[in-house]
Amino acid sequence: MNQDSNPIWTLISTFGLMSLFAVGGANAAIPEMHRIAVEVHHWMTDRQFADIYAISQLSPGPNVLIVTLIGYAVAGFGGALVATLAMCVPTAALAYYVGGLLGRSSHSRWPSMIQAALVPLSIGLMAASALVVAQAADRNWGAVIVTLGVAALAYATRLNPLYLLLAGGILGFAGVI
Amino acid sequence: MSSESPPAAIVAPEPPASTKSSPPGVITLFFAFARMSLAGFGGVLAFARHGIVEHHKWMTADEFNETYALCHFLPGPNIVNLSVVFGSRFAGIAGAIAAFAGLIGPPTLLVMILAVLYAHYGQVEFLRRILAGISCGAVGLLIAVVVKMLMPLVNRRDLVGLMMMVLVFAAIGLLRWPLQAVLLVAMPVSIGLTFIMRRRARA
Repeated sequence: MNQDSNPIWTLISTFGLMSLFAVGGANAAIPEMHRIAVEVHHWMTDRQFADIYAISQLSPGPNVLIVTLIGYAVAGFGGALVATLAMCVPTAALAYYVGGLLGRSSHSRWPSMIQAALVPLSIGLMAASALVVAQAADRNWGAVIVTLGVAALAYATRLNPLYLLLAGGILGFAGVI
Repeated sequence: MSSESPPAAIVAPEPPASTKSSPPGVITLFFAFARMSLAGFGGVLAFARHGIVEHHKWMTADEFNETYALCHFLPGPNIVNLSVVFGSRFAGIAGAIAAFAGLIGPPTLLVMILAVLYAHYGQVEFLRRILAGISCGAVGLLIAVVVKMLMPLVNRRDLVGLMMMVLVFAAIGLLRWPLQAVLLVAMPVSIGLTFIMRRRARA
């Protein structure tokens, strides 16, 4: 398969592989998506990446749907569909297999040690995601203040995240950023 | 029940669910997951938990935690894994596909509509400003999640965990190395170190 001539194959191989390496879920894979979409393939600019991250967080459904937006930017509806399936199906198949293997005895014990070993990696990846998106987005003091303000509110209160996103949008509209 | 700690994303323990209702069929699974997914702004997990444990009473809180622990342990989007494991437990492969399709299908259509709108209007000035504000909010939410997940490691002075976290952050966030390469080294190292530390703690 010639990857240069057909971006669909690139989407399938990229996200199919990423699916199996996304330890800690979609938000942990954001830096890798940014690396591939902006730096390696030049599918979009930094700003567009920050935009689609915002759109994916604002819309309902699993966070993984940012790959739908990347796929659309690369190859329209076909790209959106292919990227979404490539990101979800390999890990879903693995989950089906492992779930069937281990889940039948309803009180099976999970290798808690492996889980304990992977949690710090997930946290490091998610912190990297925050940095990558922050660097891709518009940068000024207003942006820093809104970002840290939302972080503090989300940490200290039980406010619905959607309201915090909308508050960010209103502040942006008002020209704070 | 199981003795291991629940994954960091799960918070307070639930009051015990008294009764469980009968297992759902394929069509019910599809619509239940579609509803949870479309309600799930900023992550579906909380809505899935509410729907499965409290609303439908298909699982007890403990069963849900255990299923989620498996999905957290597997790579990929946790909630996608959850839909597949959950669906297959009630209705085999058809159930897995129904739950998966319900979770992914309707929001994917919605996101595609947003993609078209963005392609047409993404350069309009006031929409640009709104999106810039929302990205800041999204990053802020992510920072809050990171800090919440980090606190247990800080509180129990898990130096190995904190060190691995910083190394992965530096490799991916600062050096921008490829994910696969970093994880192929970091996973065995982290598992090995955790194993050694636990042995030493027991000795």
